[in-house]
Amino acid sequence: MKVTQLTVFLENRSGRLAEVADILGQAGINIRGFSTTEAAEYGIVRLILTDPERGRTLLHEAGFTTHFSQVLCVKVEDEPGGLAAVLDQLAEAGVSIDYLYSISFWNICFAVRDIDRAVELLDGKVTLLSDEEVRAL
Amino acid sequence: MSVVAEEHLTKDAAGGLYWQPAAETLPAAKLGELQIERLRATLQNAYDNIPFYRKKLDELGIKPDGVTCHGDVADLPFTTKIDLRDHYPFGMFARPRDQVVRVHASSGTTGNPTTVGYTRGDLDVWADLIARTLAAGGVAPGDLLQNAFGYGLFTGGLGLHLGAERLGCTVVPISGGNTERQLKIMRDFGATALSCTPSYAMYLADAARDRGLRPEDLPLRVGFHGAEPWTNELRVQIEAGLGEHALDIYGLSEMGGPGVGYECLCKAGMHVSEDHYLAEIIDPETLRPVPYGEVGELVFTTLSRAAQPLIRYRTRDLCTLIAEPCACGRTSMRMSKPIGRSDDMLIIRGVNVFPSQIEEVLMSIPSIEPHYQIVVDRKGYLDIIEVWVEVGEDIFAETMGDLERFQRGVQAQIYNVLNIQCAVKLKEPKTIQRSEGKAVRVIDKRKAL
Repeated sequence: MKVTQLTVFLENRSGRLAEVADILGQAGINIRGFSTTEAAEYGIVRLILTDPERGRTLLHEAGFTTHFSQVLCVKVEDEPGGLAAVLDQLAEAGVSIDYLYSISFWNICFAVRDIDRAVELLDGKVTLLSDEEVRAL
Repeated sequence: MSVVAEEHLTKDAAGGLYWQPAAETLPAAKLGELQIERLRATLQNAYDNIPFYRKKLDELGIKPDGVTCHGDVADLPFTTKIDLRDHYPFGMFARPRDQVVRVHASSGTTGNPTTVGYTRGDLDVWADLIARTLAAGGVAPGDLLQNAFGYGLFTGGLGLHLGAERLGCTVVPISGGNTERQLKIMRDFGATALSCTPSYAMYLADAARDRGLRPEDLPLRVGFHGAEPWTNELRVQIEAGLGEHALDIYGLSEMGGPGVGYECLCKAGMHVSEDHYLAEIIDPETLRPVPYGEVGELVFTTLSRAAQPLIRYRTRDLCTLIAEPCACGRTSMRMSKPIGRSDDMLIIRGVNVFPSQIEEVLMSIPSIEPHYQIVVDRKGYLDIIEVWVEVGEDIFAETMGDLERFQRGVQAQIYNVLNIQCAVKLKEPKTIQRSEGKAVRVIDKRKAL
């Protein structure tokens, strides 16, 4: 059982990721999960979408470079050793992992340039979690 | 008529030094005669020994001994860098290889460099011309020249080295780079003269200042700087930073390297070694000569080179010639600093780079988009070059490692061809400017040095 992942090339320019999210949102395509990777001048964003084919077409039309690939989505038990159980099996079989990310979508970790300003902007408008709240999830 | 060149340093009444005073102060009429005599010999050498020139001269119906005055020069055919490339590596040599004792090379318009060959006699003349250059800056035996031009195929390093040994000063072949060692050697050895590119001189000046060295802590008296364009403003900064007289020198590998033109301490234009090079300024559009004092493209004909005579070689450098005599007493014409190029050649850290060379590398990579841009800028005093390419879906795989490998691969290929480090920047599709007709491929953000 494989899942289609859409990867998009982005230059590190302000607002580019928001543009991707807007295009998908306006088309009614839901982002089930994503991750971003960045170098100094560019980054790539990986997306698991409710409609990857249409998502790709729309982004392509908007001028983005995209790529399809196949990934596995694994339901990991939310308990100590849950992730290790899956990793161990792959390691024993010699299957190497390029990368992995979590697609439990509802709590997202943001690394931003100006964290204080981001807190100021978002506080009260969205739910921000504290260290304690994250631990208690 | 011939000029017997004395090879000993001569001081004039005002204290100015000459390496070959008779040749350097030849009256204009005598110089003119000498040039025509040597021009005929050059044409004969080219006609007899280089099929390319025999064909060209035959087509134009020109006989080498039919050239009798400077007015006839405008009828002679031009030679371009492309001609040299087409005859790579040794097709433009007028001597068999067993008489060629040295070969240098510079980057060409494509993957092939352009080569230059020297007989023992050519090296002899070259040594004298650079000894003249050094003497014009007041260098004499007892001085110590720190030669920070690169040694290798580039003519700068070995050329200055040869001339310094001919003159009899002490030469330290330190070559380029390693700033820490440059500053240490400069002080420990007591270097009174420095040769390097102007940008490297400025870099050394900054490095010295950063280490708390004042100009008076450095023993330098004079510097010989060339191989890239620079301004009088930079001269002022180098002089203040290093405590030296910063003199401009001009040469190009096709003419044998440095020694073609050099400033004296008057710093009022570069004396052209007119007994060995016939200089003209032409309009690069009409190819007709322009009057003295007007800007145009500098064209040289070699007058004494045996291994590789070149007729009306188009340097693509734009400058003016100054006919009025210089206060120093030398009688040669002077050339102004080149103020630009009549082609699209870029000079990056002293290395000649044509955008077409980069394009050729990019186009050899099948998956690359045909849109690219070259951005040249300067960080501190060093040139940097970026090559922007668009990431199309053929290149884009889904890991960062793939993109980084692609970037490094392109950088390595450009380095292989151009011998220059560039930074490849990946851009989103359609973000590099398109234009109707000729695309703007090069953005040069450098302000003149």
